[in-house]
Amino acid sequence: MSSIQMAPPDPGVMSRRDQIVAELAKVLPADAVISDTFETLAYECDGLSAYRCPPLAVVLPHDTAQVAAVMATCHRLGVPVVPRGSGTSLSGGALPTADSVILGTARLNGVLETDYDNRFIRVQTGITNLAVTGAVEGDGFFYAPDPSSQLACAIAGNIAMNSGGAHCLKYGVTTNNLLGVTLVLADGEVVEIGGPAPDAPGLDLLGVICGSEGQLGVVTEATLRILPKPEGARPVMIGFDSAEVAGHCVADIIRSGVLPVAIEYMDRPCIEVVENFAHAGYPLCEALLIVEVEGSDAEIADQLDRITAIAERLNPVEMRVSESAGESALIWKGRKSAFGAMGQINDYMCLDGTVPVSALPATLKRIAELSAEHGLKVANVFHAGDGNMHPLILFDANTPGDLERAEAFGFDILRACVDAGGCLTGEHGVGIEKRDLMTYQFSAEDLEAQMQVKDVFDPAWKLNPTKVFPLDLSAARRAAHD
Amino acid sequence: MTVFAAPDDEAAVQAAVAEAHATRQPLRLRAGGSKQALGQPVPQAAVLDVSGVTGITRYEPGALVIEAKAATPLAEIEAALAEHGQMLAFEPPDFRALLGSSGAPTIGGAVAGNQSGPRRVQGGACRDYLLGVRFVDGQGQLVRNGGRVMKNVTGLDLSKLQCGAYGTLGVLTEVALKVLPRPEASATLRFEGITLERGVKLFAQALTTPFEVSGAAWAEGTAWLRIEGLTAQVAYRRDKLSALLADDGPTPMDADDPAAPWSSIRDCTGFADHDGPVWRLSLKASLTPGILSALSDRLGARGMVDQGGAVLWLALPDADPAQADAIRAAIPNGQGHAMLFRGPAPLRTAVPVFQPQAPRLERIAADLCARFDPAGILNPGLMRA
Repeated sequence: MSSIQMAPPDPGVMSRRDQIVAELAKVLPADAVISDTFETLAYECDGLSAYRCPPLAVVLPHDTAQVAAVMATCHRLGVPVVPRGSGTSLSGGALPTADSVILGTARLNGVLETDYDNRFIRVQTGITNLAVTGAVEGDGFFYAPDPSSQLACAIAGNIAMNSGGAHCLKYGVTTNNLLGVTLVLADGEVVEIGGPAPDAPGLDLLGVICGSEGQLGVVTEATLRILPKPEGARPVMIGFDSAEVAGHCVADIIRSGVLPVAIEYMDRPCIEVVENFAHAGYPLCEALLIVEVEGSDAEIADQLDRITAIAERLNPVEMRVSESAGESALIWKGRKSAFGAMGQINDYMCLDGTVPVSALPATLKRIAELSAEHGLKVANVFHAGDGNMHPLILFDANTPGDLERAEAFGFDILRACVDAGGCLTGEHGVGIEKRDLMTYQFSAEDLEAQMQVKDVFDPAWKLNPTKVFPLDLSAARRAAHD
Repeated sequence: MTVFAAPDDEAAVQAAVAEAHATRQPLRLRAGGSKQALGQPVPQAAVLDVSGVTGITRYEPGALVIEAKAATPLAEIEAALAEHGQMLAFEPPDFRALLGSSGAPTIGGAVAGNQSGPRRVQGGACRDYLLGVRFVDGQGQLVRNGGRVMKNVTGLDLSKLQCGAYGTLGVLTEVALKVLPRPEASATLRFEGITLERGVKLFAQALTTPFEVSGAAWAEGTAWLRIEGLTAQVAYRRDKLSALLADDGPTPMDADDPAAPWSSIRDCTGFADHDGPVWRLSLKASLTPGILSALSDRLGARGMVDQGGAVLWLALPDADPAQADAIRAAIPNGQGHAMLFRGPAPLRTAVPVFQPQAPRLERIAADLCARFDPAGILNPGLMRA
């Protein structure tokens, strides 16, 4: 069916399934172990739903101690563990293998402490991203990273993937807002790293744990930075008749000294679909920018004046400054519904490469050329301020071979991102999706250095072991402990 | 200390480290040389002088990214950025006065020590601006990690691991950093006759407004707040904060007022002339007044505070090794840590300069060092007693 290979499951583990489930049941309450093959089906995939595989069993522990017990048990029995937040990963980060136990964070969803004077919140990591903001917004605070799955996605997954969002141009991504973690190691030992004080002592282990895709341990609790909410925010929508000019506009805005919270970009194919769906009043042009700024009314007006003056010099086909909350909502409605709108008319594959902002126009041109070569349409909607592109490749899942063609096209786009000085993934993670392209971006030495870090944290290579690193590169390490 | 090698490019660094690895020759890494007095002393080491690995390799103002070889002087980078109205937003300090050192502080040194100034309270630390690194590991292999784009989750983030590793996990040869526009305007509010207890409460009040306070410091009964941004924005925010904190008697200062404290807070110059040891504590901010008060009573410590209370600089009257335990005992578990930032070599040998961690974390750190530097030749022992 599809082109990404998974390592074959360990028959030794498979044959001990009943024993493994029984051992897990000994250390967990009855409601925390799922082994019925019908029920484990619910965990057979994540957001990369073209790839499916039911796990050996699923555990849903309620606290750190139970997670530690699961890890110790699986370590003792030599069972791979695949950590899972809400299962919204678009890269297959939470995809099970048949010999793995899925460790889900769904029941770890409490708020442990809020401290406004020191501006942090401590949570269990199964809590959703939006619920973190929900816990503090009544008091005028918010949690900055805002991936578009924020209603569903868990902080555990955000930490594993170092998730971003539309507003990271100003506020950074998860790693810039994560102060500390409670980490359960592969052997079940629990360690505390970081906390409310800045600059954790010693090596920056927090920095390497964030974004490690469940390779180094399971984060059960997290201390997150919270920020006071801005007084207000308003966007301006700017349409251009060329991608190149829109790219210049982005660079000129950034250079000018104004720091918008978001600069979003949509191309014509995307605008057409979105406009049909959301009726946001977007002009049908080659490139649409939505630029949002924050502050008091006067501060917003000042910044929007500067931005519109920059755009004006580049002859936009249309420019609309939001004058009210209603107009702001309408401008954002189209952007926020882009993926949903696209999904209504087509199957699509959402990519996630990043390129230097200066390379955006050339990369868009290259994507258009590749689209013609592969005979598949593509729509572009992305975070232009930081060069994080999200080309949506349109295909028909019911047409045999179309998924493979889309994957091949996607690989070519990601290679083009690397060629332009960028990277394979800006916020979705490597997972299985980009795993086999890692050697395109990194040398063997680069990847060896990363795998050495995993060796330290997970010497037996049982944590999410078939992700991130190309299978042939990790084979010896994985085999050594079977 | 004898010089083992003075490579002037990445390949030469690789060759030198490979040779040191083969001969088990411990190396003390040095670029500008301004921070050699940080960390545990490294005995029996020869100097790997990388000061020749210098120069800005790429600067794209429209992408807010600069790349430079590791030994590029900070002054050179700041000057190049200033030409385009940009800056290193983490405000890298210049500790020469405090450490009594000379030589040019370099970008690699700032990254190796993850050193940041007052703006960290609002904009993040050096590690938050680090986009990518190139480094030579302890066997002479070149490793690249991260890149030059702002959003990048491709593989494990070894860049952050290198940031603050003081060269114990590799020799940095090149770094890529996110930069930001220089603020168009800046203003400072000064509050006099403020106890630290009141000062930290005042900071919490200011830092929980939406006014993006970019400096919050205290020394000897005076507190300061800094606001930066666009001209109209700064005036508005300064007035709002003045009104909010009117009871504390704010006095506005202009950005160019020579009495503005930010560079001296950043560089901790207030303790430069002090004779005894200087410690740097990272704390949950609200604990700082109590900790300073306790350590003043017990050890005669004087304090200076940055980052809204989260950083406490301590000047101790004399170099007594027993102070290390007393200082660390004053910090509740998990709520902060203390580094002996300046002290004579015997003191830095006698006490752990960096706060010891839980045994498992110490083991992880040691294992990482052993993986990246199997012969233990890169600043060996600098981070551990």
